[in-house]
Amino acid sequence: MKSLKTIATLAAAVLALAAPLAAHAEVNLLNVSYDPTRELYQDYNAAFAKYWKGKGGDTVTVKQSHGGSGKQARAVIDGLDADVVTLALAYDIDEIGEKAKLIPANWQKRLPHNSSPYTSTIVFLVRKGNPKKVRDWNDLIRPDVKVITPNPKTSGGARWNYLAAWGYALKQKGGNEAKAKEFVTKLFKNVPVLDSGARGSTTTFVQRGQGDVLLAWENEAFLAVNELGKDKFEIVVPSVSILAEPPVTVVDKVVDRKGTRKVAEEYLKYLYTPAGQEIAAKHYYRPIDKNIAAKYAKVFPKVKLFTIDDTFGGWKAAQKKHFADGGVFDQIYGPGK
Amino acid sequence: MATKPITRNTVIPGFGPTLGYTVFYLSLIVLLPLSALVVKTASLTWPEFIATVAAPRVVASYKVTFGAALAAAGVNALFGLLVAWVLVRYSLPGKRLIDALVDLPFALPTAVAGITLSSVYAANGWLGSILEPRGIKVAFTPLGIFVAMTFIGLPFVVRTVQPVLEELEEEIEEAAACLGANRWQTFRRVLLPELLPALLTGFALAFARGVGEYGSIIFIAGNMPMVSEITPLLIITKLEQYDYAGATAIATVMLLFSFLMLLTVNLLQKWSRRHAAR
Amino acid sequence: MSGTSAKSVRTRTEPAPVRWLLIIVAFLFLGLFLFVPLAAVFAQALEKGWDAYLVAIREPDALAAVKLTLITAAVSVPVNLVFGVVAAWAIAKFEFRGKQLLITLIDLPFSVSPVISGLIYVLLFGLQGWLGPWLQAHDIKIIFAVPGIVLATVFVTFPFVARELIPLMEAQGKDEEEAAITLGASGFQTFWRVTIPNIKWGLLYGVILCNARAMGEFGAVSVVSGHIRGATNTIPLHVEILYNEYNYAAAFAVASLLALLALVTLVVKSFVEWRMRETS
Repeated sequence: MKSLKTIATLAAAVLALAAPLAAHAEVNLLNVSYDPTRELYQDYNAAFAKYWKGKGGDTVTVKQSHGGSGKQARAVIDGLDADVVTLALAYDIDEIGEKAKLIPANWQKRLPHNSSPYTSTIVFLVRKGNPKKVRDWNDLIRPDVKVITPNPKTSGGARWNYLAAWGYALKQKGGNEAKAKEFVTKLFKNVPVLDSGARGSTTTFVQRGQGDVLLAWENEAFLAVNELGKDKFEIVVPSVSILAEPPVTVVDKVVDRKGTRKVAEEYLKYLYTPAGQEIAAKHYYRPIDKNIAAKYAKVFPKVKLFTIDDTFGGWKAAQKKHFADGGVFDQIYGPGK
Repeated sequence: MATKPITRNTVIPGFGPTLGYTVFYLSLIVLLPLSALVVKTASLTWPEFIATVAAPRVVASYKVTFGAALAAAGVNALFGLLVAWVLVRYSLPGKRLIDALVDLPFALPTAVAGITLSSVYAANGWLGSILEPRGIKVAFTPLGIFVAMTFIGLPFVVRTVQPVLEELEEEIEEAAACLGANRWQTFRRVLLPELLPALLTGFALAFARGVGEYGSIIFIAGNMPMVSEITPLLIITKLEQYDYAGATAIATVMLLFSFLMLLTVNLLQKWSRRHAAR
Repeated sequence: MSGTSAKSVRTRTEPAPVRWLLIIVAFLFLGLFLFVPLAAVFAQALEKGWDAYLVAIREPDALAAVKLTLITAAVSVPVNLVFGVVAAWAIAKFEFRGKQLLITLIDLPFSVSPVISGLIYVLLFGLQGWLGPWLQAHDIKIIFAVPGIVLATVFVTFPFVARELIPLMEAQGKDEEEAAITLGASGFQTFWRVTIPNIKWGLLYGVILCNARAMGEFGAVSVVSGHIRGATNTIPLHVEILYNEYNYAAAFAVASLLALLALVTLVVKSFVEWRMRETS
């Protein structure tokens, strides 16, 4: 029985210790985001806090949570108190609206540019000197080339990779659905390791020395080159790729309950200002602001970009056709293949 | 579960309260939360359930997962016994440190274990660079899954056998030796039966742990569908599609398999003890 | 004198060649599966030198993670310790029907995939779960907060102490306890004076394993934590964050903190041995 008392004391101690972990400062925002935006929001949160204080607002502390885009969306659906979500694809935010009714269905219309304050695209990361002479998508299906990409079923980033390849095949002369499927099937035959997340794939490619090409977000490729060795890797930009639009939104039910709507909305709007755009560009996200884009034109090579809406009819359709169970991606890996 | 003792021919007190508390705590911490799993699964219709859990990819993943877990638990049983023996019976320099290190596979976060193992066993790693030229590819193959499961299950057998070995009475071995048994006979006829229940427990636990393991395996498995994709990864895949019911369905099947497997081992253990007592 | 002890040693050990062979094989196995990976952890942790190592483990987020991990272990280990001893007593000292079933149910959390161990709490306490809406209405946070992390850890480490003690206590039988009771000792006296000294090593291993796993658990905690930096990240989650930031040296540095638990094990074990010698 003594032990029961000990437990009770311990439990009380835990609660006492846990309380200060939860709250301090005047306004607390929680930004639930996906993996590659860590560095971006670290800088941005500091800039915004300064800006908001300068405007006579409260002291804002923005806490960050990062993880796979889908996992993060699920956490919000299951009750993680996110004031804002900044995820990899609109589909994941749609699910927050649909499954948990935390945001209205028209959320993507509320901020300019499909609620995507910055964009990115899919590029190739190759080993220095490009020993396999990989120039464009069709080099990826050569039998001597090994391609590293995460699994589209578990990684949001990998879905962009897959759709970019599909779109490329579709847009070739005489391209059609059947040819696109054949192309993507061949491409995935060249994939020796399917990691579950984007950063896992980067590690497999960079640290373990697997594969010749890594398919990655442009910002991830830049980061990998800068962090892990300019002398070891280089970026190859294909002739055409997909316009990746990572969207942001306020989580209405949460901000209304917490009374943080005003500052949360400002937090997202600030992303669209020149200052916010500049931070995005510095972290290798393509800015949508014309002036800032012009300023960073040297960094971002021109690529012909197609969008998910005009090529695939939006995320819902793409998800259902390609990535749902029994969808095209599963057929590629079907039994007997 | 019958809670009445069949034979209560013991004077030891405390049966009621201890068993009561055990069942209560078990229900609260394990059975109640797990029932959520089953209830969620029940939201599927029967044909949906079958379609989910018997899909070819899922079945292939059962084979990989349970096969690798069995192999890893087997290897751990054999070598874990050996390690426990060496640690208890022989005096070696640095023995205490080695003894303490045995627990580390538990303390190391599974993701760290996975990353480390894949870095060690990849073609450019310390061991991979030795093994791969000899045609043994470990990282990114099913063999990698086995290595990861062996690593994470390692402490179980050592730590269940060790205390029993430490508490063994010298007399029985001496008696056996006096009766003319050689060392091997003493081990097989006298020591092994004593150790067998603990060994089986260790085996069962290592197996169970291997089946459920996720974090350390995904980094070293390669995760190729039909080849090196483990069942927990498929559960994650379902979750990524917001298919909670599908995820819980696969989890329930895994749970059932493991339960039957563990029950078999536990019954085997009871039998072996009775056998030894005879 | 020396003759008998020499004989007793001979009857309890093997010829030298066999002994060395066993030692070598054991070391080969441990080398492949334990020492080399562990050495790799420390090699990578110290890749950027001691200073970088110290910076990594002194960072505020790292300290917050250490604190949370210690809290989690401080709750989950004692509750599972109490359960383990009680359950082992019931199971090892008495015969009853359904015993093997009960043992198997105790084993079950081991075989539950960590992801699922997290998910079940989401299904129970999540906003879409059974209790979620009620909890939110009363402003009680379980998942994505400390209680959820503790609960998931308790679940994952549930069987350790019990499973360590059951085979040990069964192997020892109940003769000694029965003798003590017959001689007039009370139940508690018997437990403290007879049982505890007999099971001390098993108990210690159980607690050490339970503690190691409680501190190292990643999968289950990852599902219920919400990954809020500086608030709901445990050491393993913090390691993942660092790793995902391509901060490999720092990630392994923080991970190596957990590896240092082995030293704690060593100290505790030596201390217990020393105490035993003092008292006897």
